[in-house]
Amino acid sequence: MNALEIRGLRKSYGGAEVLKGVDLTIGQGEFFGLLGHNGAGKTTTLGIVSGLIRKTSGTVSVFGHSIDDAPLKARACIGLASQDCTFSQFETVEEVVLCQAGFYGIPRSRARQEAERIFRRLDLDRFRRQETRELSGGAKRRLMLARAVIVRPRLLILDEPTAGTDAAARRSMWDYLRELNASGVTVLLTTHYFEEIEQLCGRAAILENGCIADLGTVPELSSRLGEKRLILELEGPLIPGLPLRPSPLGANFAECTYDPSSGSLTDLIVRLQSQGCTVRSVRSAASSLEEYFLRRTGDRPL
Amino acid sequence: MIHPLIVAYATMVRREVLRFSRAWFRTLLPPMMNTWLYFLIFGSLIGPRIGTMGGCPYASFMMPGLVMMSVIVSSYTNVASSVYSARFQRYIEEVLVAPVPRWLSVAGFVTGGVIRGILVGLLVLAVAACFVPVSFHAPLHGVLMLLLSSVLFSLGGFLNALYAGSFDDISVVPTLLLTPLIYLGGVFYTVDVLPPFWESVSRLNPLLHVISVFRYGFLGVADAPLELSYAVTLLLMVLLFLWAVLLIRGRR
Repeated sequence: MNALEIRGLRKSYGGAEVLKGVDLTIGQGEFFGLLGHNGAGKTTTLGIVSGLIRKTSGTVSVFGHSIDDAPLKARACIGLASQDCTFSQFETVEEVVLCQAGFYGIPRSRARQEAERIFRRLDLDRFRRQETRELSGGAKRRLMLARAVIVRPRLLILDEPTAGTDAAARRSMWDYLRELNASGVTVLLTTHYFEEIEQLCGRAAILENGCIADLGTVPELSSRLGEKRLILELEGPLIPGLPLRPSPLGANFAECTYDPSSGSLTDLIVRLQSQGCTVRSVRSAASSLEEYFLRRTGDRPL
Repeated sequence: MIHPLIVAYATMVRREVLRFSRAWFRTLLPPMMNTWLYFLIFGSLIGPRIGTMGGCPYASFMMPGLVMMSVIVSSYTNVASSVYSARFQRYIEEVLVAPVPRWLSVAGFVTGGVIRGILVGLLVLAVAACFVPVSFHAPLHGVLMLLLSSVLFSLGGFLNALYAGSFDDISVVPTLLLTPLIYLGGVFYTVDVLPPFWESVSRLNPLLHVISVFRYGFLGVADAPLELSYAVTLLLMVLLFLWAVLLIRGRR
């Protein structure tokens, strides 16, 4: 049984068709990434799966429970952390989490014990008596995750869970998400951070114009890129006549396009050296996945 | 082990009660203050000049209507503001994603309104008891209509909140619709004193039936047959409930 099966999913708002037949299968225990530009239909897809938005047509099953025939069983499997911080501004952190557990039928005494553990893990225990409007952006994101996790979901849906958090907090959340996934929780993640997909996800799909445009393991998607953009740090200023472009990073930096199928990176560096250009370091201009995504979807901003 | 749906319902009710009790000075105090002013002006100052109404001293006649007016307004505004806030801040999602049937979500919000309505009704009755002797002719009718009317107007508040596009929209309906219906529904007079045409029009006002039965519970006088009043109230309640469930199911 798959964690999530979507077939021919369509959604129209008035005359505008946002989803045009999405097909997607996510296996149990997967960590799956969903990529797409703003307006590609990611949030609509997640909204339909979690019961917030009514679909126009198509089928969705969560652990074998159709959202049409057994919506309560399907929703009981899901924990959702939405893109926006959707909790009452006047409730305390603890109240938000305990209420969500209550709505899922978890008695308050049991939820309180579980909340203790989650608050400690997500560094929220010092805020538990604070009203949510007093929290920082990062703490609000962690609260969204805590609220989704308290219901012990089998499928955890995360819509840009680390947006607005600093690097340390993001990495701490990644560790927690890895732990959850290792304990058997299936995770469906959308994010604008390609590094997040590369670090966490086994497979990913690109949603474009309301359809799944590409799908595969993260290394597969990255390898479909072919050419890569590199940033070279040079010993001296860029010498004219070389196959290099100036870089906005400074006079000692240059950019070039490199195709792994045409030779090794060492060959390229040696060739430049023979022309009087010593390379101090080399790095990718963007993650391979990001490069592929931008090329695949027309280089529009996310 | 408690059934998960009971836990969910209890959680919704608890949250609603906490919400209005946190701001008791805005939710519970004003109706008491208003009632005190009504009794001071209409009961003590003007009432003796009016004499009797429906065979009772004016202040005693007015008392059930004032209690019911507070119950109706409190139930309505409680649910309207709670649901609209939940929509505005989008934390209504917490309920919508949960494995809870939509009718139970409606029931959770409505129960909050009912509790506030009844609580306000009891507080207002306590204020009224300072001005007039309170006695019960048919207490069961009074209690039953207190419950039914608070459910009915909580459902009205729920629908108002689902249609509202701004905070202004949840105050416009009470001002333009609810207040005239309350004032023309026999809070301050019996419809017998109206000309025949306006008496017939008044009987179409559902609030007249609610107030009529409630007054019967205290004083034993009613503006309409009790059976008709119950039928109108129950029919409206069922229609509004179905409307609310259909609306919340058909979102977006």
